[in-house]
Amino acid sequence: MSEPAKSRLSRRTFVKITGLAGTGLVLGVGYKVVSGPGAPPSDAAFAPNPFLRIDTDGSITVIVGKAEMGQGIATSLPMLVAEELEVPFERVAFEFAPAHPAYGVAMGMQVTGGSTSTVETWESMREAGATAREMLRVAAAAEWGVTAQEVVMRDAQAHHPDGATLDYGALAAAAAAVAVPKDVPLKDASQFRIIGLPQNRLDVPQKTTGAAVFGLDAGPPDARIAVIARSPVFGGRLRSFDPAAALAVPGVHSVVELSNGVAVVADGYWPAQKGRSALVIDWDEGVASTLNDAEVTRRFAEAIREGGGVAGEHGDVDAASVSAGEAITATYALPYLAHATMEPMNCTALVEDGRCTVWVGTQFQNGPSALGGGARQVAAKAAGVDADDTVVHSTFLGGGFGRRAEKDFVQEAAELAGLLDGPVKVIWSREDDMQHDFYRPASLHELSAVLDDAGMPAVWRHDMAGQSILTRLLPGWIPGFVRDRTVMKNGVDPTSAEGASNQPYHVPHFRMTAAMVDLPIPVGFWRSVGHSSTAFVVESFIDELADAAGRDPYTYRRELLGDHPRHLAVLNAVAEAAAWGSDVPEGRARGIAVAESFGSYVAQVAEVSVEDGRPRIHKVWCAIDCGVVVNPAIVRAQMESGIIFGLTAALYGRVNIEAGRAVQSNFHDYQMLRMNEAPDIHVVLAPSGDGPGGAGEPGVPPIAPAVTNALFALTGERIRTLPIALG
Amino acid sequence: MVTFNLNGQTVEVDVADDTPLLWVLRDTLHLTGTKFGCGLGLCGACTVHVDGLAQPACQIPVSTADGTVITTIEGLSSDGSSNVQAAWVAEQVPQCGYCQSGQIMAAAALLASNADPSDAAIDVAMSGNICRCGTYASIKRAIHRAAAMNAGVISTDGSAGRDR
Repeated sequence: MSEPAKSRLSRRTFVKITGLAGTGLVLGVGYKVVSGPGAPPSDAAFAPNPFLRIDTDGSITVIVGKAEMGQGIATSLPMLVAEELEVPFERVAFEFAPAHPAYGVAMGMQVTGGSTSTVETWESMREAGATAREMLRVAAAAEWGVTAQEVVMRDAQAHHPDGATLDYGALAAAAAAVAVPKDVPLKDASQFRIIGLPQNRLDVPQKTTGAAVFGLDAGPPDARIAVIARSPVFGGRLRSFDPAAALAVPGVHSVVELSNGVAVVADGYWPAQKGRSALVIDWDEGVASTLNDAEVTRRFAEAIREGGGVAGEHGDVDAASVSAGEAITATYALPYLAHATMEPMNCTALVEDGRCTVWVGTQFQNGPSALGGGARQVAAKAAGVDADDTVVHSTFLGGGFGRRAEKDFVQEAAELAGLLDGPVKVIWSREDDMQHDFYRPASLHELSAVLDDAGMPAVWRHDMAGQSILTRLLPGWIPGFVRDRTVMKNGVDPTSAEGASNQPYHVPHFRMTAAMVDLPIPVGFWRSVGHSSTAFVVESFIDELADAAGRDPYTYRRELLGDHPRHLAVLNAVAEAAAWGSDVPEGRARGIAVAESFGSYVAQVAEVSVEDGRPRIHKVWCAIDCGVVVNPAIVRAQMESGIIFGLTAALYGRVNIEAGRAVQSNFHDYQMLRMNEAPDIHVVLAPSGDGPGGAGEPGVPPIAPAVTNALFALTGERIRTLPIALG
Repeated sequence: MVTFNLNGQTVEVDVADDTPLLWVLRDTLHLTGTKFGCGLGLCGACTVHVDGLAQPACQIPVSTADGTVITTIEGLSSDGSSNVQAAWVAEQVPQCGYCQSGQIMAAAALLASNADPSDAAIDVAMSGNICRCGTYASIKRAIHRAAAMNAGVISTDGSAGRDR
């Protein structure tokens, strides 16, 4: 592994935190506000938002501003710090940071998503460790009356040339008085002793004893429990309700009208649920009440006919199409998908004395109010208090996948808490969670291509229609003409077209368009976002072209990826790992796919059979180039995780729309892959040494096409609609 | 009033008879290691032992728990040192971790009845437990490891994450 290229993030200025209780050395990054407005009151002893704390007792704590939702960031960030700090990894503990702009990147956006956490912190966390180490070194040198250069820092100790040692804890107070050095050089990758090696996750022990605190477990034990009746039809509104029967349920405390429905507040979840069942509610179902799957598909097809905005183009598709031969065409369709995090949405809030306190597992703790805010700003507004008087306690997330980047569950809990005395925990049932999601957008894709005499694509056209995610999230004050020239260029949501507008295969004449269709179905970020759809389309279509050309799907791709060495490298790596082209057991076949997403390159081979009319996935090989590998055990685990997640969607995932509502409600009709269906997965790490890419999402996109391409190889049947339905 | 033995202690609760054991554990007794996932016995997140058998606590009306012996994740060991838990650490199983209490309880019940389960037996016993993070392969390895630890074949020190 070589030293990666500098990320685009500029180096930060470290700020030493002074005047703290308990002394010790505390380093923050960026923000110079040390107290006052914006500093969370619960954090006063450590304000303002340090990333690293070394206490006089020798304890070393890394403060993690990112959300831990299984991806391992509460281990990876401490690894980065420990590497430069020169401490054994076993000595490091972590804490979750409060919601605060100091933990954000641009504009104080404290968001965990887009597989960006390692990308964003790869330098800054190492710099935090290196800067602290140098301050400790200076303190040791002063203590001993030697030069700093003579002091060796190792194993959480300063080492005197004569062999004497001082523990970091003993130096922490003195180090806090040392001037903060600037631009401390970072180690060369060849010197890494923690990064790049499998380290045990810091959160595993507490996740095996029931002690780990998720949102559902957090907050005051005396919090009342609430469930909320929300409009069953998307966009519907409350007309009237009769609380009498609900209030008659023993244990029900109150029934409260909220901006999004009716809350039943009780001593526990069970009476709250019974109370909600007893509510009599008249909903104004609104315009969505006649919407169904057929109408959605009709709207998509119509939008493609009318033409979308150009998302990617080179060559001259129109001119080339006139002179070229017969086109190969295919239409692909992808469904709406629910996130189905194992922990249903929930949020606990307390509003008293003009202050709001929230306990929640969120991917979006903090953000500028002008852009809609994060959990902290949303809770403050809903509770009617100032954001400076609002504290968000972050918990573990029982899965995120993009769902917990939304703030609806925070808004309603804070609003309800503002209307009650005492703390309240809003819990979503599984049915609430599945039917009031922000779904992965459905989409329709029409492709055509013309092959040249050698069987290689000369023309590639791709026209898609789908729902935009960003349209809802962009604030209304951004003028339309600005929006259409920047984020939504040509009217295209880049999160819809990503992976297709920049498909990697060499084609002289290429055009991809996307039409954004306005529908009342809530859509949002779902693990790997647009790539979850476009990789299926692109990797299915290239497979179709290979077949039309009479070529092997691996070598065909290989020849067309000459301009994309990182795609090519993982493709070759996975083909080698799977021994592509070797004999496959009777009754089985293999498919291959490759995709870049979030700065990482992943290729997969799936080996499948058909049993009782259903696809059976026996083995998956996976090669990933995520630039640099911080923790190989975690990257492998994330590949396995993404593959299972993507297989679940490919085999089962579909949310149907009927009468303006989601049909599926629980795991009986929205099935998950279970252990008995899980394939053997073999992961190859193939880091290129380029800048770090993500790991949480890139394992997802290639698996669906790898499987459907394998099914084609086995049966001759091309699957163009997900989830997979054979015959 | 319902009385049962919970993690070695006798407890009495006074709640509506139809209250699922899950919510008695969580809301009444504030034992939050047992998780809520679906409410229909479909996901296994709330798996506990009732008289030694793995059961979804969301499907057990508390009235039927009267007189039973119930073990939750908090009662599996006093300090997380049971072989199943140590194996979970050694294999670094959890990702988000939300389903893992239920997974561990299901695995412990399996090993109590089948000291050395085959892969197929593990599939059968564990397929009621969904893991959205897809830790199935790690879970399977951990169950085999716990079986070996129980048999004294390998040590119980839960050694560090190996480079698989």
